[in-house]
Amino acid sequence: MNYLQHLGHSTLKSLAKLGRASLFFYTIITALPYVLMRPKLLIKQMFSVGVLSFWLIIISGLFVGMVIGLQGVYTLSTYGAEGSLGIMVAASLVRELGPVISALLFAGRAGSALTAEIGLMKTTEQLSGMEMMAIDPIKYIIAPRFLAGFLSLPLLALLFSSLGILGGHLTGVELLHVDVGSYWVQMQSAIDFYDDIVNGIIKSVIFAWIISWIALFEGYDALPTSAGISSATTRTVVNSAFAILFFDLLLTAIMFGSA
Amino acid sequence: MISIRNLTFSRGEQKIFDNISLDIMPHKITAIMGPSGAGKTTLLKLIGGQLIPDTGSITVDGKNIHQLSRAQLYTLRKKMGMLFQSGALLSDMSVFDNIAFPIREHTQLPENIIHTLVLLKLNAVGLRGARHLMPSELSGGMARRVAMARAIALDPEVIMYDEPFTGQDPISLGVLVRLIQTLNKTLQLTSIIVSHDVEETTSIADYIYVLSQGQIAGQGTPKELAESDSEWVQQFMHGKADGPVPFHYPCDSFTADLLAH
Repeated sequence: MNYLQHLGHSTLKSLAKLGRASLFFYTIITALPYVLMRPKLLIKQMFSVGVLSFWLIIISGLFVGMVIGLQGVYTLSTYGAEGSLGIMVAASLVRELGPVISALLFAGRAGSALTAEIGLMKTTEQLSGMEMMAIDPIKYIIAPRFLAGFLSLPLLALLFSSLGILGGHLTGVELLHVDVGSYWVQMQSAIDFYDDIVNGIIKSVIFAWIISWIALFEGYDALPTSAGISSATTRTVVNSAFAILFFDLLLTAIMFGSA
Repeated sequence: MISIRNLTFSRGEQKIFDNISLDIMPHKITAIMGPSGAGKTTLLKLIGGQLIPDTGSITVDGKNIHQLSRAQLYTLRKKMGMLFQSGALLSDMSVFDNIAFPIREHTQLPENIIHTLVLLKLNAVGLRGARHLMPSELSGGMARRVAMARAIALDPEVIMYDEPFTGQDPISLGVLVRLIQTLNKTLQLTSIIVSHDVEETTSIADYIYVLSQGQIAGQGTPKELAESDSEWVQQFMHGKADGPVPFHYPCDSFTADLLAH
């Protein structure tokens, strides 16, 4: 009986949270026109959410690409197919690793920072203070951060994939002497703009929406204590990671299932 | 100016206010006093429309605050300033920008006029020289004075102070007491102070409500309260360790507790 009671209580609590999160998302959407009329707010957040994640994405993309280059040559050389390294590197990065790894990194770097920032603003009554000054914190604080996250991640994912392809070139072509012509020409002929690149961008747009929503909601819904902010930040990273992996599976099945 | 009628408010199972009624007189300093956890800050949030009561009404300037649309509530809030216990200054803005913030958001004034207005507000709280500092560089007392300058930025009619004296050194205390009194008089404000600092509050309040266990335990001018017959009010006003509010948290007798082991 206790188990059933606990299950019922947890389910109701989760549904209530989902309801609050949906309402929160709705208010963000209604506040977006305000952000578009105040581009300075958006630019400031694009800097802290996007530009400050720049080096993390560049370095990670380069190293992931270099590792795929190495592993690719070791595996493909068994079948004498090193010339297809470019296809392997580009396809895995553009379709999967670029959007997914950049999203996981973004959740850890920018998502956690957003949750902590909003949670701290709530704890120090800055959000209440704005409300009492008749300034809507959803319009002024939340919506610009949401839009900045939404716009930044797809660009960062493209950067990640581009640097990864360059990393694959460094190890595959420069280090292990795969033919440079094969690397680039086979990549160009096999990678389709719509099927591969656009689908990868769509994935990262959806991941950007999920991470920004989770991060901002967790901060806004956090208990106004140091322990509350800490657990909200953890929830942002963990829930974002689960959501990214789940939606990646779903989107891959939809996008590439018929290929 | 502000009228509270038959207000009941609960948090979960706990009743914070049980059918209380009180009036805040215009252009006066009204203090809401009571021990920690009596619901003093909650009352301010109810007056500001940040919380919704279970039953009862709160009327500000003739308008039932909980029947207003969001837009109407925001319009009314422009007439209300609030000083939070923590100051609630925006941490990514300088002192100057914190005070300019509500003016920039709610008016179309040119920047040179805003500059003058901000300096006037800062001068009123004696911190014109601190305008370039960030909130993290301010002491607790300075942060509250900046928050006070921000609270009067839009020339409100009502100003609410949430525990303005808590944790202040004697000099800051003296400054804050003087400022609250001066601002109230010169700007003809209606001030509400929520506090449990008896000495400072009674020195400036025109009328005091003492809250306890969801009820108004006492009310009157500081003089009337000092002479109150209520044992509870006497214990609170004179800071007695024991009385109707016992020193010991309710429990079994000490002997029974010791013998139990």
